[in-house]
Amino acid sequence: MTLLLRLFLSFMEIGMFTFGGGYAMLPLIQREIIDVNGWLTMEQFLDIVAVAEMTPGPIAINSATFVGYRVAGVLGSLMATFGVVLPSFIIVLIIAALFKRFKYLASVQAASKGIRSAVVALIALAIWSFGKEVIHVPLHAIIGLVAFALSHFLRWHPLIVLGLAGLTGLLFLG
Amino acid sequence: MSRKAHSDINWRLLWDLFLTFLRIGAFTIGGGYAMLPLIQKETVEKKQWVGEEEFAEIIGLSQTAPGAIAINSSIYLGFRVAGVPGAIFAVTGMVVPSLVIILTIAIFFERFSTISAVKAIFNGVRPAVMGLILAALFKIGKSVLKNLTSFIIFVVMLLIGAIFDLHPVLIILMAALAGIIFLNDKSKNRSKNGDEEKEAEKA
Repeated sequence: MTLLLRLFLSFMEIGMFTFGGGYAMLPLIQREIIDVNGWLTMEQFLDIVAVAEMTPGPIAINSATFVGYRVAGVLGSLMATFGVVLPSFIIVLIIAALFKRFKYLASVQAASKGIRSAVVALIALAIWSFGKEVIHVPLHAIIGLVAFALSHFLRWHPLIVLGLAGLTGLLFLG
Repeated sequence: MSRKAHSDINWRLLWDLFLTFLRIGAFTIGGGYAMLPLIQKETVEKKQWVGEEEFAEIIGLSQTAPGAIAINSSIYLGFRVAGVPGAIFAVTGMVVPSLVIILTIAIFFERFSTISAVKAIFNGVRPAVMGLILAALFKIGKSVLKNLTSFIIFVVMLLIGAIFDLHPVLIILMAALAGIIFLNDKSKNRSKNGDEEKEAEKA
């Protein structure tokens, strides 16, 4: 019971402070799920991100469901998912009910711009610490760079990029 | 053209909301931003629940509020169409496909993850995930760090994060404060900022 509650609260915190899409969750999940609670290793979490990328649905929800399940089974997945959605639900409803043109409130806009700059920094830091855990042999670095190039320059779909990487792993990293 | 008044609960509309977002949740791979075109097609073009302009506004708000953009926009759209019950049905529809699919995978994953071939596949996939995140970072960074002040906030937060072992929430709060102090341009044209927001979050 306490585990479920902690799971719920952790994901509520993650949901509350995720600004700017699924990847912005990364630093928060790393801190809450990996560092503080030790519920997953970095490798396990990256596997979850990979699966979340390859399946339908928002990455935030997919990650919460998967992490919740691995930590505390089906109930855990429900608690984590509920936790990550609840802050959105409350905040969006309050905004929708109170401000029709919330988007143009100057100070909210300004705060949100500041947060976005920080999110870029936080994701960069997360990539650095995840990278240290993941890159063991030169081929790992090559796969990472090629995946980056395929996605960034050629705009390939994540599904194809990860599929190719999986194949490379199967052939050369067994 | 947008809001429909409902004095009592319209179950058919709620069910319609649920199914619409269930479809959206079930058929988009690659996260929230990949969903936006489908959400727009379903809610603006097909169902005509909201107009183009209101949809753009909803997306803008969904990016500003915390949480996943797909989730936020489903909550907002559901609320606009059918109040709080509408929000509940829409967000449930959005979450259910993920929940079912991921749970199924997670249950089998436990068994498969010990197989050596699966291990090898994930050995290849993990660095690729890093590459994808790096690509996303470039995209977000390019659209967010457009002016010097934003870039300075980025560098300062990067240094603070790298040197001190602070909780990300603290860094986010500091950046929000920095934004309010240094990025509050009330006088500049706002529609342009609105466009930037949209650009910023396509990443």
